[in-house]
Amino acid sequence: MAMSKREPTKLVPVPSTNIIPERDVDKSPILECRHLGIDFGGLTAVNEFNMAIGRTEIAGLIGPNGAGKTTVFNLLTKVYQPTRGTILLDGVDTHSMSTVQVNKAGIARTFQNIRLFSNLSVEDNVKLGLHNHIDYGLWQGLFRLPGYWKGEKVAHDRAMELLSIFDMEDLADAKAGSLPYGAQRRLEIVRALATNPSLLLLDEPAAGMNPSETAELMENIVKIRDTFQIAVLLIEHDMSLVMGICEGICVLNFGQIIAKGTPDEIQANPAVIEAYLGKQKEG
Amino acid sequence: MVIFLSRLINGISLGSVYAIIALGYTMVYGIAKMLNFAHGDVIMVGAYVCFFAVANYSLPPLVGVLLAMVVCTVLGIVIERLAYKPLRQAPSLAVLITAIGVSYFLQNGAQLLWGSNNKMFPVFLNGDALSLMDGELRVSVATVVNVVACVAIMLVLSWFTGKTKMGKAMRACSEDKGAAQLMGINVDTTISMTFAIGSALAAVAGVLYMSSYPILVPTTGSMPGIKAFTAAVFGGIGSIPGALLGGLLLGVIEIFAGGYISTQLQNAIVFAVLIVVLLVKPSGLLGKQIREKV
Amino acid sequence: MKKLRNMNPAVRTNFLTYAAVLLAFAILQPMSMAGKLSPTLQGQLVPVCAYVVMALSLNLTVGVLGELSLGHAGFMSVGAFSGAVAASALQNAIPSAWLRLTVAMLIGALFAGMVGTLISVPVLRLNGDYLAIVTLAFGQIIKSIVENLYVGVDGKGLHMSFLQPTVKLGEGGRMILNGPMGIPNISKISTFLAGFVLIMVTLAVIFNLVNSRSGRAIMALRDNRIAAESVGINVTKYKMMAFVISAALAGAAGALFALGQNTIVASKFDFNTSILILVYVVLGGQGKMWGSILAASFLTILPETAMMRDLRDYRMLAYAIVLILVMLATNSPVLKNFFGKLLRGKDEAKKGGVK
Repeated sequence: MAMSKREPTKLVPVPSTNIIPERDVDKSPILECRHLGIDFGGLTAVNEFNMAIGRTEIAGLIGPNGAGKTTVFNLLTKVYQPTRGTILLDGVDTHSMSTVQVNKAGIARTFQNIRLFSNLSVEDNVKLGLHNHIDYGLWQGLFRLPGYWKGEKVAHDRAMELLSIFDMEDLADAKAGSLPYGAQRRLEIVRALATNPSLLLLDEPAAGMNPSETAELMENIVKIRDTFQIAVLLIEHDMSLVMGICEGICVLNFGQIIAKGTPDEIQANPAVIEAYLGKQKEG
Repeated sequence: MVIFLSRLINGISLGSVYAIIALGYTMVYGIAKMLNFAHGDVIMVGAYVCFFAVANYSLPPLVGVLLAMVVCTVLGIVIERLAYKPLRQAPSLAVLITAIGVSYFLQNGAQLLWGSNNKMFPVFLNGDALSLMDGELRVSVATVVNVVACVAIMLVLSWFTGKTKMGKAMRACSEDKGAAQLMGINVDTTISMTFAIGSALAAVAGVLYMSSYPILVPTTGSMPGIKAFTAAVFGGIGSIPGALLGGLLLGVIEIFAGGYISTQLQNAIVFAVLIVVLLVKPSGLLGKQIREKV
Repeated sequence: MKKLRNMNPAVRTNFLTYAAVLLAFAILQPMSMAGKLSPTLQGQLVPVCAYVVMALSLNLTVGVLGELSLGHAGFMSVGAFSGAVAASALQNAIPSAWLRLTVAMLIGALFAGMVGTLISVPVLRLNGDYLAIVTLAFGQIIKSIVENLYVGVDGKGLHMSFLQPTVKLGEGGRMILNGPMGIPNISKISTFLAGFVLIMVTLAVIFNLVNSRSGRAIMALRDNRIAAESVGINVTKYKMMAFVISAALAGAAGALFALGQNTIVASKFDFNTSILILVYVVLGGQGKMWGSILAASFLTILPETAMMRDLRDYRMLAYAIVLILVMLATNSPVLKNFFGKLLRGKDEAKKGGVK
């Protein structure tokens, strides 16, 4: 394949330490990827992906289209099994875990092309996020035993509480598929949060939003991090959002990390500029 | 040994017919991404047309076959246009239910038009072509015709999809309909063409199947149809050589199961094979794995 | 009435469905007792109940789980034969007819549930068309097995034989199931009351399931499997749950049906029967339980009425056309727009054109 034999991207020395916010420096990272990589047939989609995220860090994953950003999310959530490398979630290797187990272990995500349970109500979507935190089983549900009523009450209250983050309580009975685009994106975030993650992966959360909606979203992401004390890793093309709220940024191009650093460092990095704008003519 | 060989030959003979039917499934599945459940009933229609042409109008068998091919081609195109085309974007559940509806429509339409009583298909491929091992092992003309027809069709189709403009358009559509359309390929025509070829082959298969199992009823097509689908899945759906391989294997398995295990369980064993194949290798022997995009 | 209007729409529909079934029973049962029903309708009461339960249980797979099962009659067959064999074998042990019927239906449900569990193993790994074909294959396999099964009973209990029609029975023993000849001389113990109770139980199981944690998970698989996995929902577990519950309900319906017939044979529960039940579900609306009840009732009784009897030959043809038209009307963009406009036109007229 042409891709595997292409000229290696000019690498800037990757900083040996990851950018972990000050409040997290004395704690172990929530997520650590070591030499992570995946091949599709002969094509190397992601290679030598090394990254660590602090416990309450908001980190950004950026790069041109087709750089492998969503593939990294799919690796982290085990939609794809990595070909190489390890993923440590809170120090635990997720090697043998499935998507479901990874979620139970603490990673929740949203999707680039929205994947809601579109025929179900908004409330039911959030309750599905709470699925593993509602503790009654099939029989209690079938016979409507006390456990059912108690469990549903708790789930309802919690769902409403979570929906209130985005002021969406009024929409609880609406069909998820009938919501406007922005509300669907917000609902996906609420549903992911409902699974009680320690790391939240957001795949282009601001796509299709207008500037005022984006500004509101930025506030809310910070609010979520502060309230739930969790780490957030987001893929985004809107640089105002990325530069505005991310503490650490990782730049991906052709499946390789070409730069890591704080927003200021990234903005000044020549390799990043080259990847985004193309190489400037010499002289 | 003689029994084994004669069963093997019978299996290959039946398998050749399955392979021809399986081609119709595999081509349609490859391009329209749908399981054309009514394909088996197109076989039945082809067999009836040939039956009436030969038995009632005393036309020569070859004319009967050609007539059946023409009728089935038109039928295939009409079915696609009326029932399947409006559902291109619909969920696969809806398309499959529609295809089942079409299958039932053909069966019951045939029953109303032609009655549900058995019709004996005229034998025009009789006698033995070869006699081996001091006449103990005989190869019938029907077997030779089945195998020759199957191999010839396979070669022509491989050439067609590989070398002709229309064939290349078909392959393009099976890869990516959107991109094919942007390249100026008429996707609707290509899909119609696929149905036309598949249905014409079904007519041939119908006549060949009837030469071995000459009792013609409106439900004649459904069993070989389902089995040929099994063959297509076995070989790897979407693959033309896969249809050949799957068809032959399934034919041999069916005859052996009937001969060595139990005739009552013959069909059950064929279906068990399908289940095992789907469990062990869902993409079939020669098929390729498809990755879902997230 | 006011309270009814203020209810959550889903809860209201469920409530109205229960009420309608109860009402239908309350009208038909006294008429049946008084002998006021036509003999045809009288004879159809139990089969209608069985087919309603069949349609409801298939709707659990098709409408709620979102997978097509083409072998539903196979589960009915398992329930019918295991239930009828049990009822026959227990004739002396349980003298009370209604208790024997209850036990037979439970055994039918249990066996069908077990077969459903077995089938769900390969089914769980597949989706869409392949899954549908595997259920079809299983339906055929079940038919082949039952057709070659011989069961007899004597003082020592049940004796079985497969393929060979020779079952060695002790003194006073008798054959119950005779392979392709099926079970003759069934004592008809199914009643309309039992059918009604089974429908109500089925409705309760489905409604309670759908509105619980497990049911939500099943619907999540239907709407978006990948998203369901991403929020930690175990696909295997919930797909299996839906499949097995659906099979068990069909098994109970099979036992009810069998014990209302004089004779049952394996070929009665073939692919055609599976498709017939699918027609009820599709016509009544996927996921709509009241629709399945209506469609199953009407399409079972209608062909039996004197008026329709002459048109019987056209019945299956008409069903085929119905299947195609319903799919085209609900899924084709052109027709959808057309119907959408019709409905919207009405709504707008009602609202006085206010957006």
